Amino acid sequence: MHEMSLCEGILQIIQTEAKAQQFNKVKRVVLDIGVLSGVEIPALEFSFEVVMRGSIAEQAELQINEIPAQAWCMQCADSVTVKQRYDACPECGSYQLQVSSGDEMKIKELEVD
Amino acid sequence: MCTVCGCGEGETRIGKAHAHDHDHPHDHEHTHGHDHSHDHPHDHSHDHAHDHSHTNDHHYGKGPAHAHAPGLSQTRMVEIEQNILGKNDEYANENRHFFTDNGILTLNLVSSPGSGKTTLLTRSLTDLKDELPLSVIEGDQETANDAERIRATGVTALQINTGKGCHLDAHMVGHALETLKPEKGGVLFIENVGNLVCPAAFDLGEAHKVAILSVTEGEDKPIKYPDMFHAADLMLLNKIDLLPYVQFDVDKCIEYARRVNPGIQVLQVSATTGEGMEDWYQWLRMTRQMRLIGRGDLAEKTESLSTASST
Repeated sequence: MHEMSLCEGILQIIQTEAKAQQFNKVKRVVLDIGVLSGVEIPALEFSFEVVMRGSIAEQAELQINEIPAQAWCMQCADSVTVKQRYDACPECGSYQLQVSSGDEMKIKELEVD
Repeated sequence: MCTVCGCGEGETRIGKAHAHDHDHPHDHEHTHGHDHSHDHPHDHSHDHAHDHSHTNDHHYGKGPAHAHAPGLSQTRMVEIEQNILGKNDEYANENRHFFTDNGILTLNLVSSPGSGKTTLLTRSLTDLKDELPLSVIEGDQETANDAERIRATGVTALQINTGKGCHLDAHMVGHALETLKPEKGGVLFIENVGNLVCPAAFDLGEAHKVAILSVTEGEDKPIKYPDMFHAADLMLLNKIDLLPYVQFDVDKCIEYARRVNPGIQVLQVSATTGEGMEDWYQWLRMTRQMRLIGRGDLAEKTESLSTASST
């Protein structure tokens, strides 16, 4: 979805941090992206390059940590790993799952000069 | 392809399935020199070079991972731990405070284009405008046509054109509130851009997202666009007057919706014939009353806000 807007959000955060933490070149950007966040990683990589052009993060390497999704299965009373929101519980096949993580979308850290 | 969000072609599952690139260079060098002479000094050299490098790089093996050992270069790591949509969430919180302070029930109406969102809205406004203070924020990529349709019902409406954007964000809504000045204790409908993908992630400060799906679309839309149906608290299944003419399995559709969101409530309506609309109005009245519990000062108030406190 909106990967371009996300990259603009990333750039905004980088610029704010650059002032606060006194750096003027970003070499690597590390993101945590949950598998349920709706972010298409190839599209994000594409937009990243375009949006960072001409900024302090131009040519920065983008490292994406994909965070797997966990859900609580009410039938099993246990935490299970899911790949999609409509997945059934891999243990018992029930759809009574409460997704508890996997929609993360955040900047974890930056490598800066 | 949408220039803002990149949603469009090429967003296939394939990309995702293979986004895990497992780079596994395995270098195993094995030299074995064996020198044997007859003079009986027995020289035995055994050279065993074992070079084993093992990189587990998730992303296309770009660059030397984690080359940031202290002292090796001037680079440093800066912990950020910030949500990419953090800025939007801040604006959304400001909006939410404004709505809470003024006892306004705000609903974010989301659907694909053509589900009958505006028709459903105009009918609801016509039926409820004498009973509740109502206002509308209309989001469309271009034109003010929808706001005009809304204003024809006598309800105040403000049009936001997103231009290239595929969704409304909290900042746009915050600005719209300054101009619109919704009434205290009333109901504010935000009709989002017709799009089942992007608006799911953007919190506008609303109390509930209401997803509208019509029976002329596929019954599997809830699992095709799971993020949106997961984010919605209520699904209005619209155009049920057309059920005899289309192939649409209502039970299947509801089952799919519950798969992505076990807590979703589903109401079947027809904005054209009015069937089921009373259920939706009842939901609106009850939800509004829930928000006004303990706010006796606002429950019966209908006067306009003199100044908007939100920015």
